[in-house]
Amino acid sequence: MIGEREPGRRGVSGPPKGNVAIKLDSVELRFDQKIVLSDCTLEALRGQVTGVIGLSGAGKSTILRVMNGLRHASGGRVTVNGEDITDWPERELIEMRKGMGFSFQHAALFDSLNIAENVAYPLYEHTTLSKAEIDKRVSETLAALGLAGVEERMPSELSGGMQKRAGFARAIVNDPEIILFDEPTTGLDPIMTHIIVSTIKDIQARLKATCVVVSHDMPSMYAVSDRIAMLFEGTIIETGTPLQIRQSPNPIVQQFLQGSELGPIPL
Amino acid sequence: MIAQVAGSALGRFFAYAGGLSMMLADALRFAFTLRIRPTEILRQAFFLGVQSWPIITLTSLFTGLVISLEAAATAVSFGLQSYIGGSVAFATFRELGPMLSGIVFAGRAGAAITAALGSMKVTEQIEALQSMGASPTKVLVTPRLLACVLMLPLLTIFADIVGICAGYIMAWQRVHLSQYEYFHSVQVTVDTSDFLKGLVKAVVFGIIVSMVACYEGFNASGGADGVGKATTQAVVASIILIFAANFLLSFLLFAP
Repeated sequence: MIGEREPGRRGVSGPPKGNVAIKLDSVELRFDQKIVLSDCTLEALRGQVTGVIGLSGAGKSTILRVMNGLRHASGGRVTVNGEDITDWPERELIEMRKGMGFSFQHAALFDSLNIAENVAYPLYEHTTLSKAEIDKRVSETLAALGLAGVEERMPSELSGGMQKRAGFARAIVNDPEIILFDEPTTGLDPIMTHIIVSTIKDIQARLKATCVVVSHDMPSMYAVSDRIAMLFEGTIIETGTPLQIRQSPNPIVQQFLQGSELGPIPL
Repeated sequence: MIAQVAGSALGRFFAYAGGLSMMLADALRFAFTLRIRPTEILRQAFFLGVQSWPIITLTSLFTGLVISLEAAATAVSFGLQSYIGGSVAFATFRELGPMLSGIVFAGRAGAAITAALGSMKVTEQIEALQSMGASPTKVLVTPRLLACVLMLPLLTIFADIVGICAGYIMAWQRVHLSQYEYFHSVQVTVDTSDFLKGLVKAVVFGIIVSMVACYEGFNASGGADGVGKATTQAVVASIILIFAANFLLSFLLFAP
């Protein structure tokens, strides 16, 4: 499904710099008076899958948006591929995002385009591939996600799970160097969840892509992540390998993992 | 307290005006550097312009009829039947053609733009565009701006023709004015500059409708309810701005 990167293709912002692909340094984000992220520090290592877990409303999706500049940090610094993007204007952020994929929680497919056109969109925007090559790439990507034959259908004609996979296909079709996944497995059946998890691992292994996955689907997160960070009330309170997270002495992490009502997390 | 409210309203006004201006500047930048998609412009021109044609036809038809009706009644009492054509054409070219087309266009096309972009906004489709390194202004705003600027003058020309012809029908029916008398009056009363200045107004109204509609759509929030509110706001703001711009343009273009 996923071939080698095209030679000379533009990176997120130039050649890779260092081992850290994305760094949030004491990031703060406010919407009016509401604090969404506070002193949030996180590193996504290059070529690894970083999982971000946390309660609903903890700010997980917002972290992804801060990483690709869809939300501007009110404080702190955001670094992508060694470049401090915190104060970049939208025009420069648009260039940076060409090397990033984003899989949205609710797919966010363009409802005026069919599935093939949706998935092909990044290829038409940012590559010089011929239509035949794009069609082939789109068909292969869709087939790998169990969506063969839906190319001509409109998003509204697909189930929620199929839409989600089509959105996933659109995020990965141009082999981006950094891919952000917002709840990629939520709402999918176990087989599809397994396929999505395998696909993320496949991308990471073949392309050495940097992936950041946000989810509260713990089995998937254990399976897919090299490192996991726990977000609580806008702050990263724990970071480690899946095993370290499982064995964390932090009572908030343990209450979250056990799904218990009893503990320090206010309900 | 009053000063606070006034200050807040003024702040919102400048934020709104600033937002519209920045969006227009950005859209024009893409247009002038030819980073446009002709097929998308044509698609929008058809959707926004051609599909507004029936409603603009009806509006201009009835407007032409009623002006002629009123003008005929007055003209007969003063023995000035030969001025009916001129008065209808004068009002239509300078004011009613562009302004009524603009208002109807705001209600039909402006609402459609805001509803479409607002839906895209609340379903994260605009964020999806941005996340793929595409500019929403380039993809969504510029084609709509160009389609509106192209189609509203064409619709205005059509509205002018329909209005003047409708005026003739009423004049002929009410006071048995001959075709020659009516159109001769049109010819001697208005000149090409009246017609062209009306089209200048239409271009400005096209910019207003498209920009306000796109801006409101991009700022919609809160689901279907938010899209509805944004759509209403877009139509109301467009109509108010069209009236204000019409006054300003009339002052600049027609004042002696």
